[in-house]
Amino acid sequence: MPETTPTAPPTPITTDDVAKVAALARLSLTDDELEAFTGQLRSILEHARDVEALDLDDVPPTHHPYPLRNVFRADEVTPGVDRDEVLGEAPATEAGMFRVPPVLGEAP
Amino acid sequence: MTAREIASSVRAGDRSAVQILDEHLARIDAREGEIHAFNHVMADEARRSAEAVDATIAAGGDPGPLAGVVVAVKDNLCTRGVPTTCSSHILGQWRPPYDATVIQRLADAGATIVGKTNLDEFAMGSSTENSAFGATRNPVDTTRVPGGSSGGSAAAVAAGFASVSFGSDTGGSIRQPAALCGVVGVKPTFGRVSRYGLIAFASSLDQIGPFATDVADAALCIEVVAGHDRRDSTSIPEAFPPLGVELGRGVDGLRIGVVTELLGDGVEPEVAARTREAADSLAAAGATVEEVSVPATVFGLSAYYLIAPAEASSNLARFDGVRFGLREERSSMPETYDATRTAGFGAEVKRRIMLGTYALSAGYFDAYYGKAQKVRTTIIRDFESAYESYDALISPSSPCVAFRLGDKTADPMAMYRNDVSTVPSSLAGHPAMSVPFGSGADGLPVGIQVMAPALGEPMMFRVAAAIEEAAT
Amino acid sequence: MSSPALPHGYEMVIGLEVHTELATTTKLFCGCPNRFGDEPNTNICPVCLGLPGSMPVLNGRAIEFAMILGRALHCTVCPSVFARKNYFYPDMPKDYQISQYDQPLNVDGHLDLPDGTRIGIERAHVEEDTGKSTHVGGAGSSTKGRILDAGYSLVDYNRSGVPLVEIVSRPDLRTADDAKAYVSELRAVLVATGVSDAKMEEGSMRVDANVSVRMPDAPLGTRCEIKNLNSIRSLGRAIDYEARRQIDLLESGERVVQQTRHWNEDDGRTHTLRSKEEAEDYRYFPEPDLVPIAPDDATVADIDAALPALPAERRTSLAEATGTDVADERVAILVERGLDDLVTGAVDAGADADRTLTRAVNDLALDGADGIDPTDLAALVAMESAGEVSASQAKQVLADMATSHRPPAEIAAARGYEVVDTTELASLIDGLIGANPEEWRRFCDGDAKMQGFFVGQVMRETKGQADGKIVDQLLQERRPPEVLNKR
Repeated sequence: MPETTPTAPPTPITTDDVAKVAALARLSLTDDELEAFTGQLRSILEHARDVEALDLDDVPPTHHPYPLRNVFRADEVTPGVDRDEVLGEAPATEAGMFRVPPVLGEAP
Repeated sequence: MTAREIASSVRAGDRSAVQILDEHLARIDAREGEIHAFNHVMADEARRSAEAVDATIAAGGDPGPLAGVVVAVKDNLCTRGVPTTCSSHILGQWRPPYDATVIQRLADAGATIVGKTNLDEFAMGSSTENSAFGATRNPVDTTRVPGGSSGGSAAAVAAGFASVSFGSDTGGSIRQPAALCGVVGVKPTFGRVSRYGLIAFASSLDQIGPFATDVADAALCIEVVAGHDRRDSTSIPEAFPPLGVELGRGVDGLRIGVVTELLGDGVEPEVAARTREAADSLAAAGATVEEVSVPATVFGLSAYYLIAPAEASSNLARFDGVRFGLREERSSMPETYDATRTAGFGAEVKRRIMLGTYALSAGYFDAYYGKAQKVRTTIIRDFESAYESYDALISPSSPCVAFRLGDKTADPMAMYRNDVSTVPSSLAGHPAMSVPFGSGADGLPVGIQVMAPALGEPMMFRVAAAIEEAAT
Repeated sequence: MSSPALPHGYEMVIGLEVHTELATTTKLFCGCPNRFGDEPNTNICPVCLGLPGSMPVLNGRAIEFAMILGRALHCTVCPSVFARKNYFYPDMPKDYQISQYDQPLNVDGHLDLPDGTRIGIERAHVEEDTGKSTHVGGAGSSTKGRILDAGYSLVDYNRSGVPLVEIVSRPDLRTADDAKAYVSELRAVLVATGVSDAKMEEGSMRVDANVSVRMPDAPLGTRCEIKNLNSIRSLGRAIDYEARRQIDLLESGERVVQQTRHWNEDDGRTHTLRSKEEAEDYRYFPEPDLVPIAPDDATVADIDAALPALPAERRTSLAEATGTDVADERVAILVERGLDDLVTGAVDAGADADRTLTRAVNDLALDGADGIDPTDLAALVAMESAGEVSASQAKQVLADMATSHRPPAEIAAARGYEVVDTTELASLIDGLIGANPEEWRRFCDGDAKMQGFFVGQVMRETKGQADGKIVDQLLQERRPPEVLNKR
């Protein structure tokens, strides 16, 4: 196991950080919620300090616990789903398409 | 009656699948109001499939190894045309246009799927109190939680609503509720059971597995659903080995380690005591049992609570009010996203989405998500070195017995600590299961966790069967 | 090809990002058809709709096509992983795009333009396409397709999950014409390798341009990214406009702000889309539902062995075979039309190279040359050189050769293109001179109209089969020498 090395503690998460993160995640928070979530996230991240302090520079990350490589499928058509079945579950549709409020801009 | 006995009596034509179903529906009628194991009881669909099983028998056919066995499935597994909610308002009463691979395999094996079970919203929780549709109660003591997140599936088996059930385990969501409800629960090696159709929480950790009243039923269930699926790229290509032969082999000559770090502070004394007794019983049965240190497991909880939320923050983006489920319509799409997701997700889900978004965001990725994935490597290395000396490892499945409803809801971190013994094998992708072994405080069930290296299900079941034998 | 110089001695620095759809049968991560033009939402499944519980499985042929393209662009093929690029938008059903980020499949290649300029390729990675939004109506507006004042939008996911390769050039381009040549050349490579139709007009190939300006040898200036370039022509116009806009800013003492700009074809300007400060935080991380790709050396060697000759190589070969300069316009045209083998074959069979190049460029289209045998083309060019057929007759014979596959001499004979003997022509002309003394006198005095009169008469008598050049030569020979001197 790697040794823990003391490093300067990172700045605790602030309400500004949480507001930014909520905006990225498309969540609206009231001021009270913002305060409460900031406190909770701070204590969770506090607990994660033990990890921050580990010196793991030479350790590769594990993204997939079971090491598979080159998993491909053949370029062959397989049955899709019925359009009406899918559109029947949609909040709003028109002319065989999903209808949404105006997007106000192009995709990033 | 075990699932094995039911299937063999149905296959032999001694009992009908409809009769079996009716017995279970009667038990559901009697106690479901008190337990709330289900989000949706599929009485009509279940009757149709039981009738089909009986028709197959009548025609001289074989409906399969789970013929007539009543099965409950966690409500994060897609069932075509049947509401699939993840216990969240955001899905509305979404009816998927397809079945999960596991659902298909259960149907092909002749099982009668009786309903969709309650869970912590999107499988985020350890008590099933984070359900948008109300908490599930522990059938052993209804003032207590059943554990979570697959609390509904654990409770359904404990209450006799189903012979067996299926849940998903991301950081302990099968093993911990199995322990708290006094049933067997299995998390297979990552990739053994197809995740296709399981609504993802954390994709690199999620695994589907069974709950059963005994180890042999759990083995039967996993044999039915495991095996390669071309629709899941992370599915293991190797065939799943038969487990039946392992169950009676005993542990004579095996080397078994008790993980020191998972028996430390925070483990209830009686839970620790049962764990040592289970170890002693294995030694009595001929195994060499020793304490072993797996040092990096102490970082498991921290790594898990960075990795799982990070993946969840991305997996849960698609709940956006565009194609299915809830939409809180506003005058523009950006406002509609905010309104829909704010109204649709509960507090715990929001907390984890924000935590995960933060862990992935510019400037923090290396310190949090990147670092946590490296910790994962050290946990795997430490397990591997332990498995050089030991065939299997044991620990408590949960540091505590079932706690009272409301006891831990105010403090997220207190709730997260329930997962301390289960997250290490989740991060490693290794198989692990919980077997009931005696009782702890207030006579509540205790579960012993058996862990094995990747693809080590045969060894894990062999040890679990020995613990089960010693417990009875 | 030359772009006008920029004012005040500035130079442009351009890098292009080209997205092109791969010509697979199915989508990148599911078995839905990869097909353009179907009814909305008919080629969809849980995967490309991003439904909960669905999982991607990688199309092996898409990766093979991407590696073929990578090798055609002289890239190194690398072990690679897919990542998730997180952002919310209705046409991106999972609200993240599966793309390659820090470990792309192809890196460090180049593309040579027809004039020999080498443009570096930074990377060519694989990603999935989005669905398509149609913006409808709007407050007080009946316009269709305007994004900012639309009343609502409709989303079709047929295109969602179609495999794309994004080819990112290094900032090596210096003029709008270079940028246009780069896109044409890239298109030619895509078509030659068969990995993409690369049709800008159908949106199967899309180009974004990063443009900055600087004084030569100065450090790179602040760049703007231009989107919505729907043709090679708009690419050129947009780059020129954008460079001038930036120069005007700099010359008036302002600074260029890094931003994404939208090209408007109607007003011929670029408009601010968003500035860099508002840039999204995409939170890339490795896609846990897909496993890494590890191409082995044997696969790459097989791809190299099967690569067709690429346009640049073919231009060099054709230039060598015909003894022409590689920059000769005809060379590029013939390679683009796929006629280089035919021309080379004809020249090998002894045809005059220059005449063959001209004949092929002028009279052979891409699809009309299929059945023509190089030796037949050589024979026709020889007949033309020998004056056995006229230029216009040669064109007719060539058209026939493409459909009938018969030798040119046979076609010429069947069409009645008889060789008109020079002696025969001479006596015909002598007869015409005798019969038209007044016209002959005016011809000898230099009346140009009379030249036409005599040639016309000869053509009428020979039913158009006389070679105009020979008629002219015979007429000149008969003109008295003093008159020649007088002219």
